[in-house]
Amino acid sequence: MKHLMLTAMADINESLRSRWFLIYTLIFGGIVVALFITGLTESRVMGFTGLSRTLVTYLQITMAILPVFVLLTTVRSVAGDREAGIFEYLLSLPVGLASWYWGKIIGRFVVVFLPVVLAMILAVVWAAAKGAEIPWGQVLFYTLMLLVLAWCFLGIGMLISSLARSADVAQGAAFIIWLVLLLFLDLILLGIMIQNGATADSVVLIALLNPLQVFRTGAMMLFDPQLVLLGPSAWVILDTFGHTGYLVYSIIYPLLLGTLCAWLGYVFFKRGDLP
Amino acid sequence: MIKINNVSKAFRRNQVLDGINLDIDRGDRIALVGSNGAGKTTLIRCLLGEYIHDGDILMDDLKPRQNRQEVLKKIGFVPQIPPPLKMPVAQLIKFAAGVCDSDPEKMYAVSDSLGLDALKFKKQPFVKLSGGQKQKMLISIALGRDSEFLIMDEPAANLDPEARHNFFNLLAKKKDDTAMIISSHRLDEVASLVNRVVELDQGKIVLNDRVADDVDMDSILSCEVKLTRAENAFADTVGEWGFTSNDNGITWTGTVAGPDRLRFLGVLSRYAGLLKGIKMEEKK
Repeated sequence: MKHLMLTAMADINESLRSRWFLIYTLIFGGIVVALFITGLTESRVMGFTGLSRTLVTYLQITMAILPVFVLLTTVRSVAGDREAGIFEYLLSLPVGLASWYWGKIIGRFVVVFLPVVLAMILAVVWAAAKGAEIPWGQVLFYTLMLLVLAWCFLGIGMLISSLARSADVAQGAAFIIWLVLLLFLDLILLGIMIQNGATADSVVLIALLNPLQVFRTGAMMLFDPQLVLLGPSAWVILDTFGHTGYLVYSIIYPLLLGTLCAWLGYVFFKRGDLP
Repeated sequence: MIKINNVSKAFRRNQVLDGINLDIDRGDRIALVGSNGAGKTTLIRCLLGEYIHDGDILMDDLKPRQNRQEVLKKIGFVPQIPPPLKMPVAQLIKFAAGVCDSDPEKMYAVSDSLGLDALKFKKQPFVKLSGGQKQKMLISIALGRDSEFLIMDEPAANLDPEARHNFFNLLAKKKDDTAMIISSHRLDEVASLVNRVVELDQGKIVLNDRVADDVDMDSILSCEVKLTRAENAFADTVGEWGFTSNDNGITWTGTVAGPDRLRFLGVLSRYAGLLKGIKMEEKK
């Protein structure tokens, strides 16, 4: 446990001094500030009021940015560290491989999640200062959803880092994975697939396996319990899972997927050449 | 202490180590030499348990990969190229001492003896230190813990003469109960430090020999160099070795660490046409 914490702290220290972390923090802080400036907390659009409106916008933007940021910074930093000789040196010290790998994940998770949650807190504080009503249930559930989304893509990033032998290959693979997931987020594409003979079940399965889609549908469900925005596909979701069931699924699935990927990454890391 | 039995390592179709057999005992100081691509770094990484390989490596009957922590607790390692760590110096020492169950103060003490006040740089990112400072830090971490086996890849390449002398002194204290591998491209860089030479070529051991071990690692030579005329370039070069002149650059006096004598003579050879006389005498 001591080695795990030392590795996590070392990784946090490395990340806090990295340029990517600064950019990452500025982006998430910037999004929230931009939302405040545009006065979203005080607007009433399509039934969303006060902080709810800010949260919806923030989450939609976060869904686009967070995964690619987590993926690229993770593979760049882990595979990049390996290429630069950091692994060669630090792994010459008597630290256990499990402590090293999981310590690194914990450290990265803290630095990846911290700016996102700080931005959420900033939004709440701003809304409170403006006298807006704070939907605590939504805020906490959204924070939990962001947490599992970050964990999911961190796990995928660690798996890619363990498999790829160079930072360039890792970065390319990470980008392609993100692009594919983003592509299947497109309802038009899914519609075209059905038009071209794909069964409705297979399209629903793709939507249920895509962590980005799961996050988006879960996020929608909080504000739109009947999923009116989704159209007919809402029936499948609500019939199969129910309202609460899907919300639970939207937390459990990304958590399990991230953990599975991280564990597979550990298996490959442990079995192969370290530097 | 260490048995390397038929170790081979290939990267795809590139055979980097090819059936290496080597026994290393306590007190052995091995110069691991060979040209680029000979397999020195790969062998070192196998010894550190960082590469999977064919054959066996046993350190006191323990395998470095399977018994990582037990084996690596006994190994101090100085890499050739310092890692670009962004963490501050104090954090690096804390991390290294923490995982090695060592006292960080010992590492600071070694760094002091090498002429680096690590406390002064404790908040500075490691990567921002100069080449020589980084090397001193890595040596401090390797020597500031209880190790039985030192693996050093060109450890003194970036050190100034005084720090080299102090480094040799530290090695001298460990030479009887520690095994050492000092890797270098050139034998003359490390010849005075070792009592064995192992040369690798294309992944095979082509030379494994014992060498005369008459130079005390902590000895000092008093030197006097006379020139036919004063020369600024020579003044700059010997100035880096701490030499001084009292007659406008004709006669230069100073001291050279015993194991550095060959290196010093190599430096002087660049000015062979200027040399009138050299006197070197071991200090009592």
